[in-house]
Amino acid sequence: MTAVTATETVAATADIRKRGRLVFAATIIVLCAWVLAPIYLLVVNALSSPDQVNAFPKSFVPGFETDSIAFFMGFAGVAKALFNSILVACITMALSIGLGAPAGYALSRFEFRGKGVFRIMVLMTRAFPLPLLALPLAVLFIRTGLDDTALGLALVHTTLALPFAVLITFSLFSGIPVELEEAAWTLGCTRVQAFRKVVLPLVLPGIAASAVFAFVISWNEVFAAAVLTIENRTLTAFLLQNLDVSPLHLKFAGGAVLVVPALIFIFAVRKYLFAMWGIANR
Amino acid sequence: MTKTRTTTLAAALLAAGTFAGTGGSAQADILFWSTQAKPVEETQAMREEVLSGFDEPVDYQASDGGPWLTRIQAELEAGSGTIGVLGGLHGDFTTLTDNLVDLSDMDLGGVTVNETFQQLGMLGTDEQKYLPWMQASYVMAANKKALEYLPEGADINALTYDELIAWTKTLAEETGGPKFGFPAGPKGLKHRFFQGYLYPSYTNSMVTKFRSPEAEEAWNKFKELWQYTNPASTGFAFMQEQLLTEDVWVAFDHTARLADAFNQRPDDFVAFPAPAGPTGRGFMPVVAGVAIPETAPDMEAAKALATYMLKPETQIATLKATNFFPVVEVDLPDDMPAAVKISGAAIAAMSGAEDANPGLLPMGLGDNDGKFNQVYIDTFERIVLAGQDVRAVLDEQAETLRSIMEESGAPCWAPDEPSEGACPVE
Amino acid sequence: MQQRTLPYLLLLPATLFLCVFFIYPFLLVAWQAVSQDGALTLEHFRTMAGHWKFSTAFWNTMLLALAVVPVQLALALFMAALVTRMGAGRDVILYIWTIPLGISDLAAGIIWLAIFEQTGFLNSILSSLGVIDQPVTWLGYQDKATIFLAVVLAELWRATAIVLVILVAGMGLIPKEYYEAAEVFGAGPWKRFVRITLPLLRPSIQTALILRTILAFEVFAVVAALGGTNLPVLMGETYQWQFALQDRHVAAAYALVILAISIAFTLVFLRTLRVPKEAQV
Repeated sequence: MTAVTATETVAATADIRKRGRLVFAATIIVLCAWVLAPIYLLVVNALSSPDQVNAFPKSFVPGFETDSIAFFMGFAGVAKALFNSILVACITMALSIGLGAPAGYALSRFEFRGKGVFRIMVLMTRAFPLPLLALPLAVLFIRTGLDDTALGLALVHTTLALPFAVLITFSLFSGIPVELEEAAWTLGCTRVQAFRKVVLPLVLPGIAASAVFAFVISWNEVFAAAVLTIENRTLTAFLLQNLDVSPLHLKFAGGAVLVVPALIFIFAVRKYLFAMWGIANR
Repeated sequence: MTKTRTTTLAAALLAAGTFAGTGGSAQADILFWSTQAKPVEETQAMREEVLSGFDEPVDYQASDGGPWLTRIQAELEAGSGTIGVLGGLHGDFTTLTDNLVDLSDMDLGGVTVNETFQQLGMLGTDEQKYLPWMQASYVMAANKKALEYLPEGADINALTYDELIAWTKTLAEETGGPKFGFPAGPKGLKHRFFQGYLYPSYTNSMVTKFRSPEAEEAWNKFKELWQYTNPASTGFAFMQEQLLTEDVWVAFDHTARLADAFNQRPDDFVAFPAPAGPTGRGFMPVVAGVAIPETAPDMEAAKALATYMLKPETQIATLKATNFFPVVEVDLPDDMPAAVKISGAAIAAMSGAEDANPGLLPMGLGDNDGKFNQVYIDTFERIVLAGQDVRAVLDEQAETLRSIMEESGAPCWAPDEPSEGACPVE
Repeated sequence: MQQRTLPYLLLLPATLFLCVFFIYPFLLVAWQAVSQDGALTLEHFRTMAGHWKFSTAFWNTMLLALAVVPVQLALALFMAALVTRMGAGRDVILYIWTIPLGISDLAAGIIWLAIFEQTGFLNSILSSLGVIDQPVTWLGYQDKATIFLAVVLAELWRATAIVLVILVAGMGLIPKEYYEAAEVFGAGPWKRFVRITLPLLRPSIQTALILRTILAFEVFAVVAALGGTNLPVLMGETYQWQFALQDRHVAAAYALVILAISIAFTLVFLRTLRVPKEAQV
């Protein structure tokens, strides 16, 4: 090969690289736009006056009217409902990880009888419509005093979040070679120590993912919340329940009010969710 | 170390969860569990304008039919509960009949309650199962822009179905698309239109002549009207929305579901009576009631609240909050919202019309109330949406209707002639 | 000894929990589907299957799941692959892509209805671009295909993030050395994706598929918002029988049908994407 052709090839690859990077960046931007555009429209409508919301053609710039939003913030009991929502979501999170992660570990590390049955049972909770279960559960709760407590509602939400916690932790534990743990045992760690020092850091993203799901599921769940809480209503049961029959401008404002806290939560845990790449590079 | 911290956190949360539950229940407000005034603004108005006047604090909760029913059924099954007063439409109470307290001996403080409604409130028993609380009806509404397309010689306050069809046809042809709207969505109240408007106007009946040749004609007319109806109607539930966005120019709906349009732009919209057919101008009042479940924690307070709801002042405040009209005799003050004035006039014109042919809400159907409505909804969906043969569908649905009537043994109600035993389907 | 009891000990809390809060109410509801006044009967299943909407609802649910889930998996894999190649700003991009997670199906229905309704955003764009001069009715009852497409779009938007998060968490576990080694041997990006990422990601793909499919069979709020009564789905019919028709027996029968197809599909995924006891890393 002559020197000339070599430089040409280098230049050509550089050119391809550059074009590749452009396509890469463009793809990412398009995907971001696809996700953000509907949210943007929600915000536009939430920040517009009723007339603007009903107008056609619609404006793509908000009118910066905060009346509709203010209507929700001025609702008596919003603060308490917000607190209840967060409380229920946090208990749900703690319960579903506490119950789900050990189960996920067991499923990934052991062969035992009843494994298949357990897996199907966990999934059934997600595959069966909750509104039908709400009646027997409500009767049970009223009789046992769990009715109208944050804990009671969180227990129901946990049944919804548990399949996520079990399966996600299961799939991540399965991805971690058992040799890694065994190596720690030979180095004198007990099973528990090995788990904590070697495995736990590796599955942290999975735990964070389960936590996000648990939080979001609990946050957005309406039916059980409407049936099982009376004085301790969650924000969703308090606001969202009847949004679909409310006037347009309030629909959007209410929708926006509900989306924000969930977004803040995901933002808060994103570090754990996504910043774990380095660890895998063992 | 991390783990212990998480465990402590979890324990603290659990404790907080249980505690938060027990903390609030010491002094319980009266829980008013309702399917009405659901839109958030109305809920808020019920709390701030209507119930704040009651001596004791009231917790007004409006929810969808699903949670509403599930909760009360759970309380009844468990034998104890927190709900003091139930609010709902006539149809909402039918399955709960056996578990509602008799309210016939209540002292209402001299108010005169509409007798027909009081009769309805007995739900086919000899006890007062619910007290009428408020009423509404269905009317037509139109954007004033649509009025210039009215067929020649048509009086908007005395329209016939044929004129309505001609009108919507002109609108569809001259404005670029169908402009009539009908609440045929999952949450729309379409069944009452067929039961209380279309059938009485064409057959002078709701049940007996379900599959008569006249009924066939009625459905064919409706199919014709449907051609000029906005095809997105199958998603509509509250016509005020589409009137305001001008997706539709002419619409039929419940007065409370049109109110927002009249209130936001009173000068742009008119309300007028439902159209008339060969057997008169069928229309139907809707009544909501208050009832007390046998599990109410404080029976006296609940009864006091029910009585309070029927006071003339409360009824007027309720009208302002929800656009449902009073069921007791009251003089309406002048400072009423636009929606009340506009739709009130239309209702008056409708019930006062010479050819008025009022129908009543279904009575004595018990558990079968939902299935009764479904007969009309299914008939609509099969004939109009799925395009099935009118005769065949009517024959088939008539069988379902007959078995429902026979199972519940409900006698006929207006406009059908009173019957001995179950209302027959000819 | 410990090897044999440990898994059961680990499963015990979750099992006890599910027995009380799921199996117990579930059995009560399931019993209603097969009994009438205390006696066994298949009458409710017959009523359900005989209703004229049943087969439509069944097939709509199936078709929706079939149309949505595979596209979601492909899209999420693609997005996750992009993420792995990203340098700075990865956090931000990933965060943006997971935003729809926080949006409930009710809210998503409201948002997408605002786009597709006659005076909605889509028509606003089209008319300001001069493509149309009259608003188009996208969600009319005759255009079932358009409604179906709108629902598919909304579901893709709303629920792809669930798959994405599961896959991204799983991808983080694939050792970088594998890719480096593959690169040394001259494997291109596509080959690396097919030969390394896909096989090693199998546990996560399986999980994502199972969860997403089960959720797809329960689709309801978005369909109701966009499709109204035009696109009956199994979950909607369950609601209808439980609350409008107040026939708990038939509603329970519907619920069991949803459960049955979910379990059937789960078993298929468990078989075809079998994850070995210890991943052969």
